[in-house]
Amino acid sequence: MADPATNTPTPPFDSRVVADATEFARALTRMAHEILEANHGADNLILLGIPTRGVQLSQRLAALIADIEDTPVRQGELDITMYRDDLRANPTRNPGRTSIPGSIDDAVVVLVDDVLHSGRTIGAAFDALRDLGRPKAVRLAVLVDRGHRQLPIAADTVGRTIQAAADERVAVLVSELDGHDAITITRTVKEA
Amino acid sequence: MRHLLSCADLDLTSATAILDLAEEMQQVQSRPVKKLPALRGRTIVNIFFEDSTRTRTSFEIAGKWLSADTINVSAKGSSVSKGESLRDTMLTLDAMGVDAFVIRHSSSGAAAQVASWVRAQVVNAGDGQHEHPTQALLDAYTMRQHFRRIGAEGFAGKRIAIVGDLLHSRVVRSNVLLQRILGGEVVLVAPPTLLPTGVESWGCEVSNSLDAVLDSCDIVMMLRVQRERMAGGFFPTEREYTETYGLTPERLAAMKPTAAICHPGPMNRGVEISSAAADAANSLVLEQVAAGVAIRMSVLYHLLGSDEGAMH
Repeated sequence: MADPATNTPTPPFDSRVVADATEFARALTRMAHEILEANHGADNLILLGIPTRGVQLSQRLAALIADIEDTPVRQGELDITMYRDDLRANPTRNPGRTSIPGSIDDAVVVLVDDVLHSGRTIGAAFDALRDLGRPKAVRLAVLVDRGHRQLPIAADTVGRTIQAAADERVAVLVSELDGHDAITITRTVKEA
Repeated sequence: MRHLLSCADLDLTSATAILDLAEEMQQVQSRPVKKLPALRGRTIVNIFFEDSTRTRTSFEIAGKWLSADTINVSAKGSSVSKGESLRDTMLTLDAMGVDAFVIRHSSSGAAAQVASWVRAQVVNAGDGQHEHPTQALLDAYTMRQHFRRIGAEGFAGKRIAIVGDLLHSRVVRSNVLLQRILGGEVVLVAPPTLLPTGVESWGCEVSNSLDAVLDSCDIVMMLRVQRERMAGGFFPTEREYTETYGLTPERLAAMKPTAAICHPGPMNRGVEISSAAADAANSLVLEQVAAGVAIRMSVLYHLLGSDEGAMH
């Protein structure tokens, strides 16, 4: 398990870095180009980061896209806590912030998240978007696709595909919250 | 959290979490679809044994915007008027599988009593002269917004005067308890006849003179003179009350420039508050009403969002 505030695995687990800050930055840059290529430019784009770390990734992608195209791109955050299908089963979660930069109607919304795993977060995000308007299209950009999907959901843009076992935890660390950028895998040792 | 019966049920973490989520909930009001699915499949019964417009309506809207099924029961026209006891009424509704009761009752302690009988979770929406926790939370929410606008953060060092009919007020108790948690300094101002017994043990400054404390306060909260609860003799005339304890245009001018006015409503204009004060630029009265739905959404979410608080 990890402390949700810091995303740092609690010991004693062996944790290994699968992408350092340089590889992390390369992956994000490529993702920014892929988003632009698929959308034929930055027109009509809205990037929405899913808290917690999707928000920082979305901000970085927005900055990269703005740099490449020399034009600002709309960027916001979409909290999906209240749309989760496991809300009742878990202790009360404090929802994060939702801030949508203008209307999403007829825009191309790119959802940005750190790790794509079961797909349930993205499923909940579709429901959340439906209450906010009707985008022309919804795309998904994730820094890590680690497999083990439970819903028929696939990402359009992936930074890194990692084959991780079900009992391994894949974490994205971002300098804004964690002090440095990295992708790590931690084996969670089961108590005997 | 299982019930919200009193502000004493809260601590700094839970109170802050409720205020923070209310900020998020307030923006739901500006969405095309004013609905979140968090309480889908939950049933909330608003049972009001006393008249109320704003509290009942805002709880109902709050429940509906969180996708709960909300049902209103008022004492008039219910089996209560046929002589059924409170306990039997509540157990009957509880047996129908209700998830939560939002209850208002004229007897102090009614909500806690009901909570001890039923399986459902209970929110106190006002019990007699005892407490009204969601009102105190929305007051705190509105004050916090005001403090931010004037560039201050938090309640520490802020003086909050609560003025008027403290004897019959449930709002004052909840506010005193909540500010004890949040760190605001409450000053109670009332004529000696309208001070509750034991007020000296509340740990607040108590004054019989509004003029003596007015210019030192950051918030001036006026309470309604509850004529319906007064058999008589609490003060000589309404006019004399207004002269001594009313927020008149002169007193409005004597307030700190950054201070703001609160009133939980309904207002008796011309009695405890002048129209000049009620409609002043630094009056937060309508902001308080607007915060009501958001605070109640936040409270309902914190109680019912997870199965944690439910009885199994």
